[in-house]
Amino acid sequence: MFRYYLRLGILSIRANPALSALMVAAIGIGIGACMTIVTIQYIMSGNPIPEKSDQLFHVRVDSWDPAEPYDEPNEPPEQLTYLDATALHAAGRANRQVISFLSSRVVQPAGEDSKPFQTQSRATTADFFAMFNVPFAHGSGWDKSADDTQERVVVIGQALNEQLFGGENSVGELLTLSGEPYRIVGVLDEWSPVPLFYDLNNNEYNDPAALFLPFSVAVAGEHGSAGNTNCWKPIEDGGVEAFRNSECIWIQMWAELPGEAEKAAYLQFLDAYVEEQKLVGRFPRPLNNRLDNVEEWMDINEVVDEDVSVLLGLAILFLIVCLLNTVGLLLAKVMKRTKDISLRRALGASKATLFAQYIVEASMIGLAGGVLGIGLTWLGLRGIENLFSIFEFVQKLVVMDWVMVLAAVALAIVSALAAALYPTWRACSVTPAAQLRIQ
Amino acid sequence: MLQMNNVSKIYRTDTVETHALREFSLKVEEGEFVSVTGPSGSGKTTFLNIAGLLEDLSSGTYELDGRDISKLNDRERSKVRNEKIGFIFQSFNLIPELNIFDNVDVPLRYRGFKAPERRKRIEESLELVGLASRLEHMPAQLSGGQQQRVAIARALAGEPRFLLADEPTGNLDTNMADSVMDLLGEINSTGTTIIMVTHELTLATRANRNIFVRDGSVSDGPGDLQLAAVAG
Ligand SMILES: Nc1ncnc2c1ncn2[C@@H]1O[C@H](COP(=O)(O)OP(=O)(O)OP(=O)(O)O)[C@@H](O)[C@H]1O
Ligand SMILES: [Mg+2]
Repeated sequence: MFRYYLRLGILSIRANPALSALMVAAIGIGIGACMTIVTIQYIMSGNPIPEKSDQLFHVRVDSWDPAEPYDEPNEPPEQLTYLDATALHAAGRANRQVISFLSSRVVQPAGEDSKPFQTQSRATTADFFAMFNVPFAHGSGWDKSADDTQERVVVIGQALNEQLFGGENSVGELLTLSGEPYRIVGVLDEWSPVPLFYDLNNNEYNDPAALFLPFSVAVAGEHGSAGNTNCWKPIEDGGVEAFRNSECIWIQMWAELPGEAEKAAYLQFLDAYVEEQKLVGRFPRPLNNRLDNVEEWMDINEVVDEDVSVLLGLAILFLIVCLLNTVGLLLAKVMKRTKDISLRRALGASKATLFAQYIVEASMIGLAGGVLGIGLTWLGLRGIENLFSIFEFVQKLVVMDWVMVLAAVALAIVSALAAALYPTWRACSVTPAAQLRIQ
Repeated sequence: MLQMNNVSKIYRTDTVETHALREFSLKVEEGEFVSVTGPSGSGKTTFLNIAGLLEDLSSGTYELDGRDISKLNDRERSKVRNEKIGFIFQSFNLIPELNIFDNVDVPLRYRGFKAPERRKRIEESLELVGLASRLEHMPAQLSGGQQQRVAIARALAGEPRFLLADEPTGNLDTNMADSVMDLLGEINSTGTTIIMVTHELTLATRANRNIFVRDGSVSDGPGDLQLAAVAG
């Protein structure tokens, strides 16, 4: 019977080519607009590290101004002071802990004719690579002893390795950074989590830094922070030493805590640490320490721009308008066919049978609309790519994945069915005799 | 086989009520060939539509093969229409997008027959109406008489026990009308019960029995044809 319905559907679509084309267009355009926005939102808010996003916690302690919170209503600062970052890291109470900050270095390539250039670097600690599941093409990260002894080692990203060493295994080579020699211990594989969840304070759609070097080396070498630095208390005189002892925040910290128990214990540890600091006159605000996992932290930072949500709402409205149009068109089509319906009823088709027949036909239209919608989504994403091609991150948004493609087709068919239900029900409910009378 | 008692049918529009049938009672036995005559607007088509379960009745009772029709749901009614009843309309009512074969196929599809069974029945019934060579033709490529014969083949393909014809010859010239009447006579002789509405008294006389409808009621009896002649 299904094949019979398919045949009847094709016959009917061929009998009304213009009407059918309009319906396919209405559904296709609605789906295209919706899916373009959904795709952008999906990628923007995608989980960048799904395998352990609920075990990685961004660490915040409230070291801020007693007079006002860091952020309304009562948010602790998003970064740590040097004092707290180093103390919490040294305590080592989580399974893994990482402190880091964004900086920059001048790369001085070995060859005569290559010019030095500046690039972003991330100063961090040994656990970084294992904690964030960073993939290596060659070598590995450094170990804790390198942190302790301020060893000049460096891990470089794929792109930099391509640029400097033509993609060869460069582990063991020396790399001069701002006049100091570093030994390359690892080369990353392709790695660009979207968003860049471990550093949402800076641009969350940036690529990871080109190179990674030990936090202790960066501090000893007085690498300046290229990220945000915020202070609520004037820094006392005394240069770098005074800055490190200040209440300025500029370091991000993450802790890996595999379960609820570990998380609770770590929060307790943070509270105890703050209580202790209160005794020496720091942490003037009430206890307010936070551990947020990756997705919570992305939410707090509103990684998905509110504009996108508004756009999504508009796109959904647009889809609804397209569907209402389809309902109208289907109604017109069905009304044209009441005679056929009456006749088939007279010849023994039950309402349910006819309903099935028209639903199959509507699904075919939906399928065609879905395919058109995918085409339009692709065009829409290309369009966005061209419009905003100056922003690097946009390149990452415009990939459509298979989940999206299938979702688009499913959405189109469901939409077409939703649009078809009312007209079809109307059509099948006519008294069979009504149209046959007309002679 | 068919029994109607005091059937009424009222069409209501916003402003008027039309009593298309009132206190309509009729009994038709298995194997009869009944012709229905009466003035235009007297309710003949309405009666036929109700008899064929194409329309609901407003009051009264209708039993077909001893089953009270009002107790059937849509699926059961459709099944009765599909299996027991064949329809022939004045305006043929073929589906223009389908060829002759597929037109005859429609009720068989809803019957759920397998492909070989359908093919056999389609070919046999088209053979019976003398159109076995026109399977691939579209309805528009046939004459009116041929189209009506396709409609008859469609009505017969499911081997219904009950054939309802509403002015089957109304759109045909005398020769073609005669051949269609011959065909109906043949079908009736194999045991199929036929009720045929017609305007033409000469055709009505070819039935075993004539009923005369006036103002939505029936007068059934031996002198009816003469009565009809007077009225006509
Ligand atoms: N759908 C309808 N709505 C309102 N009134 C209707 C409807 N169908 C039929 N009627 C009315 O019911 C009455 C009977 O109509 P019906 O078609 O049964 O007459 P008929 O005997 O078949 O006439 P004819 O010989 O002209 O075909 C008529 O007065 C007609 O106007
Ligand atoms: Mg009539």
